[in-house]
Amino acid sequence: MTDKRHVRPYGDTSGDGMVQTSFTLPVPHGPRAEGAALLLAQKMGMEPAMVVHSNPIGPDFTFFVVYGSVRHIIDLDEVEVVEREYPLLPPSEVNTAIKRSMRRKLVVVGACIGTDAHTVGIDAILNIKGFAGEKGLEYYRELRVVNLGAQVSVPDLVKRARTEKADAVLVSQVVTQRDAHILNTQEMSAAFREAMGARRPLLIAGGPRFDPRMAPDLGVDRVFSRGTTPGEVASYLVHAISLRKEQPA
Amino acid sequence: MPLRNRAPLLDLDPAVVDTARHLAAKAAAPVVEIARSHTTVSVERATLRLAGITGADSTHRAGDVPWVNRVVDTVAEHCGLQDGVCGPVFHALAEHNLGSLTELAEATAAGQVTYRVPTGRDATRAAKAARTAVGKGLRLVDRNRAQRDKMIARLGDPPRRPWIYLIVATGDIDEDVVQAANAARAGADIIAVIRSTGQSLLDYVPEGATHHGFAGTYATQENFRIMRAAMDEVSKEVGRYVRVTNYASGLCMPEIAVLAGMQRLDMMLNDSMYGILFRDINPIRTFVDQRFSRQVHARAGIIINTGEDNYLTTADAVDAAHTVTVSQLLNEHFAHEAGLPDELLGLGHAFEINPKVPESFRLELAHALLARELFPDAPLKWMPPTKHMTGDVFNGYLLDGFFNLAGALTGQSILLVGMMTEAVVTPFLSDRDLALANVRYVLDAAGGLVEDFRPAPDGLIVKRAHQVLGEAVDLLARIVDDGLLNAIAEGTFGLMKRPPDQGKGAAGVVARSDDYVNPAVDLLDEGVAR
Repeated sequence: MTDKRHVRPYGDTSGDGMVQTSFTLPVPHGPRAEGAALLLAQKMGMEPAMVVHSNPIGPDFTFFVVYGSVRHIIDLDEVEVVEREYPLLPPSEVNTAIKRSMRRKLVVVGACIGTDAHTVGIDAILNIKGFAGEKGLEYYRELRVVNLGAQVSVPDLVKRARTEKADAVLVSQVVTQRDAHILNTQEMSAAFREAMGARRPLLIAGGPRFDPRMAPDLGVDRVFSRGTTPGEVASYLVHAISLRKEQPA
Repeated sequence: MPLRNRAPLLDLDPAVVDTARHLAAKAAAPVVEIARSHTTVSVERATLRLAGITGADSTHRAGDVPWVNRVVDTVAEHCGLQDGVCGPVFHALAEHNLGSLTELAEATAAGQVTYRVPTGRDATRAAKAARTAVGKGLRLVDRNRAQRDKMIARLGDPPRRPWIYLIVATGDIDEDVVQAANAARAGADIIAVIRSTGQSLLDYVPEGATHHGFAGTYATQENFRIMRAAMDEVSKEVGRYVRVTNYASGLCMPEIAVLAGMQRLDMMLNDSMYGILFRDINPIRTFVDQRFSRQVHARAGIIINTGEDNYLTTADAVDAAHTVTVSQLLNEHFAHEAGLPDELLGLGHAFEINPKVPESFRLELAHALLARELFPDAPLKWMPPTKHMTGDVFNGYLLDGFFNLAGALTGQSILLVGMMTEAVVTPFLSDRDLALANVRYVLDAAGGLVEDFRPAPDGLIVKRAHQVLGEAVDLLARIVDDGLLNAIAEGTFGLMKRPPDQGKGAAGVVARSDDYVNPAVDLLDEGVAR
């Protein structure tokens, strides 16, 4: 493969720029709908564009398949890749990595702390049922998950994390009245620092109103926000545990 | 329902099949005994819902608390639930001379009611009043069943098998109605509304029409009513009875079963072990709630759908194939025991073998055919690939085509329509349309192929089916030896270890006393309404 700097999509000839796309317009099937689809394709940069298929979906919608050449050229030097701080791993690789680095199961303790009774978040991450098509952490063979459920007090959480020898503590906070989520989480991280110092487990907070940049303020290692999947959390755990091993506190 | 119009193809040994059923019954027996000797907060709440309590306390600081939760929690606090909630509640109703259970609930919330277990003539009177009130609720369920039969007689069932089952899940019941109506017009026979993430772990049923769910729409009585009413309209328009499905699972399974019966839903997801294994709900709680909810479904003529597909998404679909058979046999036994006949038994299974496995399609046919022949009269629910849908929508569309073909070829009864955008986005309008076109093509082109399909007697399909049945019998024998509760505690199913004294909702389980009174249980057992 030659090291080209400027590229266009490849249909069957270099530089032909051919792409295919499909979409639905809220327009009844007919010539007017096809015209609208062509116009959209042109605005998307497809020139010339061909509506190769259209069919009605009910009386009010039309579905299209469109082929065409896009005029855009990509300069590979302009490509910016955001380096994720950790790779997303499938469950099998998470298991292998934990097995290799820990030689035992990684213990995760999860809870909703304070008066918060919304276990939706923590359950979506921990329950085997999972979230967004991904199985929860319970599914991972090399993770031992202890889900303490809702309304767990901070002292109880610290105590339980110690008896379970937790490697990581996951705390979920949904209720945000009077900044309860922030205050609760700060109380939690302070309690762990006081009780266990540098030997504290990894502290992870999650909830729809958290901003990932708040981790230092909250005194936790990582904050996960809305839409986080179990796989992301599991991959992070592998990453964070390996970092800890490299730099013993 | 002419499901039996085919000769058996697998030549299963009737003695082995009998052994499997016998072992399933033996494994289930101790659990049935536990279910009969315990009650739960949710069973008691379901009973009061049948007796007519509705509405929620909207002044509570924690948000709307259903009145039924208020009452049952207070009874539990004052005198315990071991004798059932009906005695204390109907005694208090008479004592305070209140007109309705809702008034009693308001008085309860105001702290004006002290509950106690009535004795002597008070007890007799309370039991009689409770039986009358609950009987009224059951008669509503009976009327709905008759109404469904009438509408089916008038409008007709779907023209062919399998019935086409489509999911909507917008979070907003009003949007669900729009999507459901479009889906029904495009050929869907059954509309399922997926619930909001996490509802199964709520120990109360939310109230009213809801518009903000997480990846699904809350199951509420009002949402049930809205969807059923909308589908009644669409049924008339399309000239066939469109069925509506929801979920009687999680901590409120008995109550949701009652609400489904009251609002004439037609099918309910209802698995004997799903909540235990995949939601970490206390095993005893689940088995007690299960039995009551299945009795209600039997009464309401609701087809249950069991959740065997879940075993295959968490474990390998080839290695774990026999766990599906075991679960189907257990689900069948628990259902029969609770009064559900075969024609209401939508046992589940799924097309989840890794497509990269050689002969994967033949293995799927073997598993699907095994279920078909083990349960010839049950409306089996055939569920599409999800685990191996990668985001490559083109490949996904092909895989769904094979799934549809397997369903047609093995005579499945209910076909859950697979989406090529599974694991990518919530389906676009066009995804549903394409998915239905895929189903239509396969059924039109190959629907009759079932007639010509005769797997070779010593071929891979037949051998594989025999092997899976053999493994299922072995596993059932181990479960009988261990005890079902121990097997669950040790992680036999779906790899999850669930001890009987742990899990969510354990605090809501109460052993029945010798004086336990529950007219709903009595009326359901007796099959009468007065």
